[in-house]
Amino acid sequence: MRLPFHIVKRPYMKTYQQVIVRLLAVLTAFAVTSILMIILKKNPGRVLMALLYEPVKNGYFLVQTIKLAVVLLIISLGIGLAFKMKFWNIGAEGQIILGGIGASYLGLFHNDWPIYILLPVMLVASFVTGGLYGLIPAYFKARYNTNETLFTLMLNYIALSILLFLQYGPWKGENAMRPEFDNFKKNALLPSLASSKPWSDLHIGWIISLLLVVIVYIYMNHTKSGYEISVVGESVNTARYAGMNVRWITMRTMMLSAGICGIAGFVQVSGNLKKLSVNVAGGLGFTAIIIAWLSKLNPVVMIVASFLFSVMSKGAGFLEYQNISPAASEMIQGIILFCVLGAEFFVNYKIVRTHREVAQK
Amino acid sequence: MIIASYIYIAVRVSIPVLLGITGAIFNEKAGNTNLGIEGMMYMGAFAGFYTAVATNSVILALIAACLFGAFGALIYAFATVTLRTNQVVAGLSLTIFGQGIARFLGNTLSGAKGESVRIPDAVTQKVNWKILGLKDIPFLGRALFGYDMIIYLSIVLVVIAYFYINKSKTGLNLRAVGENPAAADAAGINVSLYKYVHICIGGAFCGLAGAYIGVVYLTTWGNNMIAGKGWIAVALVIFASWNPLKAIYSSLLFGFTSLIALRFQDSPISPYLLEMLPYLLTVIILIITSVKMKKENQQPASCGVNYFREER
Repeated sequence: MRLPFHIVKRPYMKTYQQVIVRLLAVLTAFAVTSILMIILKKNPGRVLMALLYEPVKNGYFLVQTIKLAVVLLIISLGIGLAFKMKFWNIGAEGQIILGGIGASYLGLFHNDWPIYILLPVMLVASFVTGGLYGLIPAYFKARYNTNETLFTLMLNYIALSILLFLQYGPWKGENAMRPEFDNFKKNALLPSLASSKPWSDLHIGWIISLLLVVIVYIYMNHTKSGYEISVVGESVNTARYAGMNVRWITMRTMMLSAGICGIAGFVQVSGNLKKLSVNVAGGLGFTAIIIAWLSKLNPVVMIVASFLFSVMSKGAGFLEYQNISPAASEMIQGIILFCVLGAEFFVNYKIVRTHREVAQK
Repeated sequence: MIIASYIYIAVRVSIPVLLGITGAIFNEKAGNTNLGIEGMMYMGAFAGFYTAVATNSVILALIAACLFGAFGALIYAFATVTLRTNQVVAGLSLTIFGQGIARFLGNTLSGAKGESVRIPDAVTQKVNWKILGLKDIPFLGRALFGYDMIIYLSIVLVVIAYFYINKSKTGLNLRAVGENPAAADAAGINVSLYKYVHICIGGAFCGLAGAYIGVVYLTTWGNNMIAGKGWIAVALVIFASWNPLKAIYSSLLFGFTSLIALRFQDSPISPYLLEMLPYLLTVIILIITSVKMKKENQQPASCGVNYFREER
């Protein structure tokens, strides 16, 4: 069969063109969503309004949105490191939970320490517990080439079991009626820079996240270890021929990736939730995978993407007022992802008309 | 008697995983690692549930579930085969999308008040059609003949899948596509068509798995119906070494470990720790299979890499 056109690789596309292609993809996704809403007899304008405008409408909502964006940003940074190495870490959920548990151990049982000692120690603890949890699949990947996608995923469920075990068992709080973790005391909570409402609700997690953006950016682009990650990601064999210790690089990178996800767990318990809870991860690890990928693993772009997805996730809550399930937000995120993924085709390939002479050969 | 009822429970838990594994095998034999199994199961669960409630028909419900699962697979196939996007990310997108659309549409079922929706009794009765009298045979009657008809149908489908993949000519071509698409292409096999068709068949299996969970097993709509069974299926494909017949015992192993978590909740060990057993087992299986990987039991060679004819 001879088609009048065929597909060839596109060697290069200018950055602004790439940006336009991706924006068009996001717009396409909203168009598809609107069509779907019309089919379901919902008002697409109001759905998009709830999803995109309500969460930034006033200071109070905006603060909540930023708080979520901060956590998403941190997780995306962590995932991005592993993805750069083509190590498919989809276990961020579990690493967040473990990081949260690590931080909460100090927040619950050592809350008599002064705040300027307690908080940094909690941060380090969350990094270490999250990182060690990520090191388990990394070791087996490096040593035996065990499938890391499934391994990290199973660890999510195991982490959740550990958390529930603690909640109903040894770490059960003082509330006799309901098995819950205790609220953190004041010196285990991230403080705020502002003193008046609503901004006093915005804890300093945003500073942590922006610092991490800078650190990860420099690490990935301007250090030898960061460069090794991208070489291993491009081709393990090339890395070996160049004399790199692939096993060590795999474990080191994954430890960092999971550790950063652990820090996200610390910000969750110490900033957003103000206690440990089953919702500490709550699907954020999966949303962050989308963010990391859509940002092309670029830490700076992740800031924008995290904010956009935070707006949409918070917007899900507003959908309920219109009798629309909040799951719509999840569905729309899936549609956006497919559209942007599809758009990458036009970045990497182009369709050209087949010339008659060529076709007849 | 108690052993028979344990077997009964374990088999019922393992059937959706079995169908999921078979669906994943179809994908991987075509050279695609599809992480969207969980999403397609959700889609099938919704379609089956909705159709069962709306029409009171079991057969229509199963068909609808297969079609909706295959539809999800079609999106994935378009993304990976035609647009050549990264298979891992495309699969994850499918899971996120499938979960989202199933929960979104499923919640419209329950209406504004959010009361729970159940499968009508008429459907449940039809499903639980039993082989007359056989289940009353003492001791093994229930463990062998006590199930709903979908279980027998599933096992038949899985056996057919085995013979199709391993013994038929199209199955041979399919394996060629998964092992070496360039060679298959040179031999005149339409690689894209083979991939599309078998990814969609895999999707239909996953849809059926979801329908089993929704219509037969749980019978009440819930947002976390599948609860990771799709992911477990993806993992157990390795244990089943890409063979639908071995998938039967792999899934049964999962069924029996879940049974421990379900049945021994009064033991001194916390039930929450027991709940992690199936996942822990999957991890251990993953490790063992990767430590002693045999040459003949490998994943199809082209898995994860999209085929582009002009790139050789």
